[in-house]
Amino acid sequence: MSTATVQGPAAQRAPRGRRLGGAVNTLPLVGPSVALLLIFSLVPLAATLYYSVIRYNLVNPMLHGFAGWSNYKFLLRDPTLYQSLWISVVLVGEVLILTVGGGAILASLFEANFPGRAVARVLVIAPFFVMPTVSALVWKNLLMNPVNGLIAFILRSLGLNAIDFFANWPLTSIVVIVAWQWLPFAFLILLTALQSLDEETREAALLDGAGPIRTFLHIELPHMGRAISVVVMMETIFLLGVFAEIYVTTAGGPGTQTTNLTFLIYQRALLAFNVGSASAAGVIAIILANILAMFLVRAIGKRLDEQ
Amino acid sequence: MSARRRVQPVAGTIAWLAALLMFFPIFWMVLASFKTEVVAVQTPPALFFHPTLQNYSDIFARADYLHVALNSIVISFGATALAIVIAVPAAFAMAFYPTLHTRGTLLWMLSTKMLPPVGVLVPIYLFAKDVDLLDTRILLVLLYMLMNLPIVVWMLFTFFRDTPKAIIEASRIDGADVRQTIFHVLLPLVMPGIASTALLNIILCWNEAFWSLNLTSHDAAPLTAFIATFSAPQGLFWAKLSAASTLAIAPILVFGWFSQRQLVRGLTFGAVK
Amino acid sequence: MMRVRQLLAGAALLAVSAGAASAATITIATVNNSQMVVMQKLSPEWEKQSGNHINWVVLEENVLRQKVTTDISTGAGQYDILTIGSYETPIWGKLGWLATEDNFPKSYNYNDVFASVRGALSVNGHLYAVPFYAESSFTYYRKDLFDAAGLKMPDHPKYSQQYGICLRGKPGWGENMAFVDTLVNTFGGEWFNMKWQPQLVSKAWHDAVTFYVDLMRRDGPPGASSNGFNENQALFSTGHCAMWIDATSGAGYIFDKTTSQVYDKTAFTAAPTEVTPNGSHWFWAWALAIPKTSHNIEAARSFLAWATSQQYIDLVGKTDGWTVVPPGTRMSTYANPEYIKAAPFAKTVEEAIQTADLSKPTMNPVPYTGIQYVAIPEFQAMGTQVGQLVAAALTGSTSVDDVLRQAQAAVQSTMEQAGYGQ
Repeated sequence: MSTATVQGPAAQRAPRGRRLGGAVNTLPLVGPSVALLLIFSLVPLAATLYYSVIRYNLVNPMLHGFAGWSNYKFLLRDPTLYQSLWISVVLVGEVLILTVGGGAILASLFEANFPGRAVARVLVIAPFFVMPTVSALVWKNLLMNPVNGLIAFILRSLGLNAIDFFANWPLTSIVVIVAWQWLPFAFLILLTALQSLDEETREAALLDGAGPIRTFLHIELPHMGRAISVVVMMETIFLLGVFAEIYVTTAGGPGTQTTNLTFLIYQRALLAFNVGSASAAGVIAIILANILAMFLVRAIGKRLDEQ
Repeated sequence: MSARRRVQPVAGTIAWLAALLMFFPIFWMVLASFKTEVVAVQTPPALFFHPTLQNYSDIFARADYLHVALNSIVISFGATALAIVIAVPAAFAMAFYPTLHTRGTLLWMLSTKMLPPVGVLVPIYLFAKDVDLLDTRILLVLLYMLMNLPIVVWMLFTFFRDTPKAIIEASRIDGADVRQTIFHVLLPLVMPGIASTALLNIILCWNEAFWSLNLTSHDAAPLTAFIATFSAPQGLFWAKLSAASTLAIAPILVFGWFSQRQLVRGLTFGAVK
Repeated sequence: MMRVRQLLAGAALLAVSAGAASAATITIATVNNSQMVVMQKLSPEWEKQSGNHINWVVLEENVLRQKVTTDISTGAGQYDILTIGSYETPIWGKLGWLATEDNFPKSYNYNDVFASVRGALSVNGHLYAVPFYAESSFTYYRKDLFDAAGLKMPDHPKYSQQYGICLRGKPGWGENMAFVDTLVNTFGGEWFNMKWQPQLVSKAWHDAVTFYVDLMRRDGPPGASSNGFNENQALFSTGHCAMWIDATSGAGYIFDKTTSQVYDKTAFTAAPTEVTPNGSHWFWAWALAIPKTSHNIEAARSFLAWATSQQYIDLVGKTDGWTVVPPGTRMSTYANPEYIKAAPFAKTVEEAIQTADLSKPTMNPVPYTGIQYVAIPEFQAMGTQVGQLVAAALTGSTSVDDVLRQAQAAVQSTMEQAGYGQ
């Protein structure tokens, strides 16, 4: 960690970065965060690496000893692994589109002034308050159930057939549930980011004759650019770990159509109490997440600290 | 001062429509909490019915809601407060005094979240057992603080970056030190950002259902365990689960209402001088 | 007469807990099934008698199982009493993680407990958990619909005679596979032969799963592939199924006016068989066990003896009604006229439990015990994986033969990794 030091406002030799008054030692500011996270991430990582190369099953104490690569081989040879990766990516991708797109549009709408705006805001954020397990159960049993559910009832009243969501559109149904839960997250962050768009820019656009859609596309969206990148990065990390919604609705099925990587790990490792396998799976997951992050950073990372 | 723009009916209507649609499943859930189990799953779904408080009284008889809710509050608010305290200086430094390493540090921080919890359950469980912290609130406070520190730093960083540097610069030129700049100049400006960050983080802790279930048993059990008490037993349970869930989101709904009021600050930065 | 017996029993229980001098606090981990909820409700009785206090940890089954397994296998010792099933008990008993429960006072009357149930929870003659309630599976059907169609349900139906039926489809070793395993058994199949080689591509498996898939596609409800026990119970109790083959413990619910719309239209009969009666209906017992790491073993034992005693069953009958007493554990329950009167399913359930033999689950000899599961630690993961594949066959996205081939490969791979059949 380097420190950014400038000797007084008159100094001409400024380092990269901006010139600001006074000497600022950033180390003690950033230090605690970095140190804590360093310890917190290294220790579990080390433990995980260690466990991944030994045989260790909680309910089978007979199994012990060095496993070498066999935990990894067991997972990598599993044909479901590659499919689960794809499903993870699809799930994350579709939810991102829905939440970021929907969040941006809603943030823009809520910039407008209208009666009851505060209440409406809380209503939009409310889905994020509910525990994922409960959300999934409510959607599955009270809304989407083809016999007892509300949606089936509405469809039947319109003369249509009820849709068996989880049999015919399992992944899409889960995407809908997860997107519903995470839209508030994107909405809140983008709305807050939009708060810092100053009036003059907005009024100038209006004077130029820009309508609401133009303003949205050319003024608001670019302003939210950094916030959108941040939302995408953070949501990706969280969405890779979607578990409860799958577990409660389809249990990874039918077949493996909704088994994402996290669910696969749960099934192969945790359900079998196979710590060795779970750790190896964890290592594989980190590697994959890092690869994904590299792509993301290449695509949108520049926006992170640009001005 | 806010509401400097005239009312926009079109935007308002669409916004309200969206809000109602988003909220509807929750409304349906709360409605179900006042139905009997049989009515909750009947066809056609009942919009009008005889409401009952039986589910709520059953819940209060079977579980100690107040104890569990208090645990959730202590854990979520505690972890969030700690995380914000540690993250504000870091985000300040990274936003206003970035270095070559800033982006790398940010990305590295996020990468610490890539290890799936299922992979580290056993090591962390064993560690907690060895330091005798199983089933304590402090364990979860510390764990959540560490888990969410990257998120808090990222969010604060984003909001800080949107603040005009001119103000920070002015304060520094006036001779204020870092602490004073942060407290007296920056924080008032970024209150909306801090409010959103706090709210989102509290919710992330509130709903975290892996560590909270595995590392606690009775004393420190939060609302996630409370929900697990009422979900998926043998027999009809959706009405009771709806009631339990309504009770579980009640405290944050209240907090959410208060904190999102912070969001609307029709700042015109030009006026803040 | 009752009072005297209860007093004696109470005294005996106090004697057992006398060893635990002052007031102890025990932590009980249990599932949130309705029987356990009643146990929790009535537990102040025991707390008063013994002077101890209980901390309750009540969770849904899958969460509980994971927590409890992690706790006991790492020796964390957070719980004094665990609620576990006939699946875990023999495994954990053999691993030496549980205290034995062979020395309860005479008033407990071990012989009153069904021998098959005791056997399911013992290893080498030692009882490692006391049964709280037991269940098997049988057939629920709608008398009124059968009468209207002019049909009569035989006492021992065969599978080739079913229609209009709700069965489990949700993937899980304890969900759809619980049923499918019994189907495979009764069609003459098994999971593993004596050499621990998986048999999932055998004719019996093929016939059983094809029958299941065809039946459900033709006569089952929509959404079958995500219907577990709860969803099917909801369907049956709201009148959507003519038949339902599932746990006997659901009977109390179906028969209860406040929870079921078909309480007066339902009848019961044995689970159907096909080629062999072996393993045609399952066996499951929820039992209370004490981990060796507990610091309050005597107090915990006192609770165990109380909660699974005949006096407790009588207490439930009097306070909550006889349809909700813990079924399937004691002969005295089934000799009780009040129980028989209130629960018309009693005799069928008793017969089902008595004839569910864990040690002979299949037509051919097998190296494992367990009817709807295989009592090895690897089964949870394997069973769920196969369950997912079976659900895929159910939705038609994969053919039965493909599914079974994939299942066979998966099971083989898991068994290799676990070191079987070497």
